[in-house]
Amino acid sequence: MNIHAQQTPASVEEYLKAQESKGMLRFITCGSVDDGKSTLIGRLLWDSKMLFEDQLATLAAESKRVGTQGGNIDYALLLDGLQAEREQGITIDVAYRFFATDKRKFIVADTPGHEQYTRNMVTGASTADVAIILVDARKGILTQTQRHSFLVSLLGIRKVVLAVNKMDLMDYSETVFEDIRSSYEAFANQLGFDEIMAIPLSALEGDNIIANSENTPWYSGPALIDYLETVQIDQDLDAKPFRMPVQWVNRPNLDFRGFSGTIASGRVKVGDGIVVPASGKTSTVKRIVTFDGDLEEAFAGQAVTLVLEDEIDISRGDMLAGLQDRPACADQFEAKLVWMSEEDLLPGRNYILKLGTSTTTGRVSSLKYKVNVNTLEHVASKTLALNEIGICNFALDKPIAFDPYADNRQTGSFILIDRFSNATVAAGVIDFPLRRADNIHWQSVDIDKATRSEQKSQKASVLWFTGLSGSGKSTIANMVEKKLHALGKHTYLLDGDNVRHGLNKDLGFTDADRVENIRRVGETAKLFVDAGLISLVSFISPFRSERQMARGLLEEGEFIEVFVDTPLEVCEERDIKGLYAKARAGEIKNFTGIDSAYERPENAEIIIDGATTSVEQAADNIIAYLKENRFI
Amino acid sequence: MTHNRLTHLRQLEAESIHIFREVAAEFEKPVMLYSIGKDSSVLLHLARKAFYPSPIPFPLLHVDTTWKFREMIEFRDQLVKDYDLDLLVHINPDGVEQGIGPFTHGSALHTDVMKTEGLKQALNQYRFDAAFGGARRDEEASRAKERIFSFRTENHRWDPKNQRPELWNVFNARVKKGESIRAFPLSNWTELDIWQYIYLENIPIVPLYFAKERPVVNRDGMLIMVDDERMPLEAGETPEMKSVRFRTLGCYPLTGAVESTASTLPEIIQEMLVARTSERQGRLIDKDQSGSMEKKKQEGYF
Repeated sequence: MNIHAQQTPASVEEYLKAQESKGMLRFITCGSVDDGKSTLIGRLLWDSKMLFEDQLATLAAESKRVGTQGGNIDYALLLDGLQAEREQGITIDVAYRFFATDKRKFIVADTPGHEQYTRNMVTGASTADVAIILVDARKGILTQTQRHSFLVSLLGIRKVVLAVNKMDLMDYSETVFEDIRSSYEAFANQLGFDEIMAIPLSALEGDNIIANSENTPWYSGPALIDYLETVQIDQDLDAKPFRMPVQWVNRPNLDFRGFSGTIASGRVKVGDGIVVPASGKTSTVKRIVTFDGDLEEAFAGQAVTLVLEDEIDISRGDMLAGLQDRPACADQFEAKLVWMSEEDLLPGRNYILKLGTSTTTGRVSSLKYKVNVNTLEHVASKTLALNEIGICNFALDKPIAFDPYADNRQTGSFILIDRFSNATVAAGVIDFPLRRADNIHWQSVDIDKATRSEQKSQKASVLWFTGLSGSGKSTIANMVEKKLHALGKHTYLLDGDNVRHGLNKDLGFTDADRVENIRRVGETAKLFVDAGLISLVSFISPFRSERQMARGLLEEGEFIEVFVDTPLEVCEERDIKGLYAKARAGEIKNFTGIDSAYERPENAEIIIDGATTSVEQAADNIIAYLKENRFI
Repeated sequence: MTHNRLTHLRQLEAESIHIFREVAAEFEKPVMLYSIGKDSSVLLHLARKAFYPSPIPFPLLHVDTTWKFREMIEFRDQLVKDYDLDLLVHINPDGVEQGIGPFTHGSALHTDVMKTEGLKQALNQYRFDAAFGGARRDEEASRAKERIFSFRTENHRWDPKNQRPELWNVFNARVKKGESIRAFPLSNWTELDIWQYIYLENIPIVPLYFAKERPVVNRDGMLIMVDDERMPLEAGETPEMKSVRFRTLGCYPLTGAVESTASTLPEIIQEMLVARTSERQGRLIDKDQSGSMEKKKQEGYF
């Protein structure tokens, strides 16, 4: 059929001429191995003559060796490039495949379908114009079909092919096909697709792939290739507002200063006014420079160099935009985030955010909810794990220019990079900007511990210093507070001096009073944590149960027990306040270490050897702990 | 994402230029690996386009194995002159000292020492943090999954299981000291795209790609060209003059010719359209075992 036409051109020159008007389409195939995805792609490559004899020979040999089709050609082997995957019989990454017909060149993103490979599918979908969602005619719409559909819709794909495969195993039944089609359409209603093209297929038998099959006389729509060759994509990209992220300042000599970049959307002509949204500076396009000569006008998708009439400050990361329909420029926005790292998202933690050519630092200021990718339900969550999707508010260190992803896939998408490992940990699509005013309004109705902490760039917590009298805990706590203060952190120190003389001056040293003392200190610390402070509590607090009670008042991870472990002999020798002498003389009763027990902590977060560690060193160790665990 | 207005070749071209500019802007010390082949010719052409009117803002590096076709070296040196290029040539001195060659040591060891080791030496010596290569995803199965920005450890190793996700046209260019990336601007091109683009843009390529009478011997089913006197002839072996051309170029003892009369680009493209074998078939190093390219790549081969 027409797919083979390119092999018999009337003349090569004619053929080459025809090639110069050929377009391109990128699509993604979603489905599991069982749905026949690899067979479908293998067949497309085969039918478009993209497989060569030596590749087929290798394929035949490999099929015999490790194939899953009983010695017959196993197309999956062709696609599963990495040796480890081949041996495990599963596809675990994104592979890109290429084939062409007379009308278009196709780039296929082939991604695995299981839930644990959500990130791979999202990666493949990010550059695709169309998604082929495979369904096994015997099984119909499955949970995974819904998940795949949600993900491609999330990534902004508006046209999908519902490929109902293995029709040969269902006797090419129209009823089966129609049932699957209607139940899919009912579900996909909420996903905002512009077009759903359902096609009955057999990838194995070749039905409705290249040409309409005699086995489905009741089907009057296009064959798969026909559809892929003609589907309209991004037809309005040129009509959208002009956007060009600046990649590189082109400055070969003092007489030339150009801004190189790829036009993300819209068009630009010589004489057009442009604006740099971040600075608000404007100028006019003087030249559109390319290696092949200057252009009068350039369009979305072209890589060009713009020369402006005026010397205005522009550098890599700036966006150039038309004077009308300017992009948003803000330091806060709401976005959907796909988490791609084994290490969970930490709201409040700074990540490198790369959007277009601009790089900035940003953090999730609030995680509103995560989405169950199978049911689309909203679930409250404090974090996102690998492959989870959340709706978040973002706060950046500086305003950047962007558009909502629904308006522009290029200028509305970003990745997050871990500052320490440099791993790409998430992909984001922007919903809308949050203006400062909006955000203040939002804060005024919902200010909580997290927002207070965030404002102080710290995680509220309690450092609970415990140890014998004279162990050095108050001295160390003092030093820690000084260091935190120097780092710009917000703190409060609670110790015997400022509590016993005020809040707790009605309490004595009976067992009941001791418990009440700790309870009040614990409650006070809790209030300070709620205020977003790092509070330091320095009390002997000799009993495990008391310390446990204080720990229980706080949320998990907020209570940091610091055990200043100084031997009794050392404390007694120091005896700064002369208390040990008095206790030994019997002048003080129930003195910890002498006639009252000190129960050593069993699971203190931090242990300081008070006999050998200097105050300075001890404080540094504690600061290091706070940094390591991202409290500060 | 694709664009209706631009043809597939213009879209591929724009994507490659975008990649070139990203690397040049984000890395401190990039280099372009230049192998003299047709893909390198296209790569060089695209680099010139990407930065025009500025000169290419990084050097080219040729890792010479001393066994390249003589015409390749002539072509390279002429091009450097014509385009005023900054070309670095590196030859592994250890390999030269030990007299490593494909005839005496076999293709695997020769490639490993002169190419893979040589490349690592050069990258270490100049402390490049990014290296452009002309690899395409349609060449070989493991390449189909490689990223456009492909991360390499301090030891130049590729970990296929631990690749950074790569979305839209946003690239993660962060590396620590000693680590690097290999950048592949031609990732989404096919062999046919390359030829069509060479034709469309009239890009100079090594004459070995065009058919001509050349002295060859048939070895293990491959037509090997007798390019110089270092090639030992086996008993009863006499070079024959045949009209041949090369679909891929490398070390002459490891590169098989195909019998052909195609002496113009349209003729080559016509041959391609009816071809039944892939271009890598002419390369000995892929044939050893399945997954051989993946192994080589993990070890630092391009």
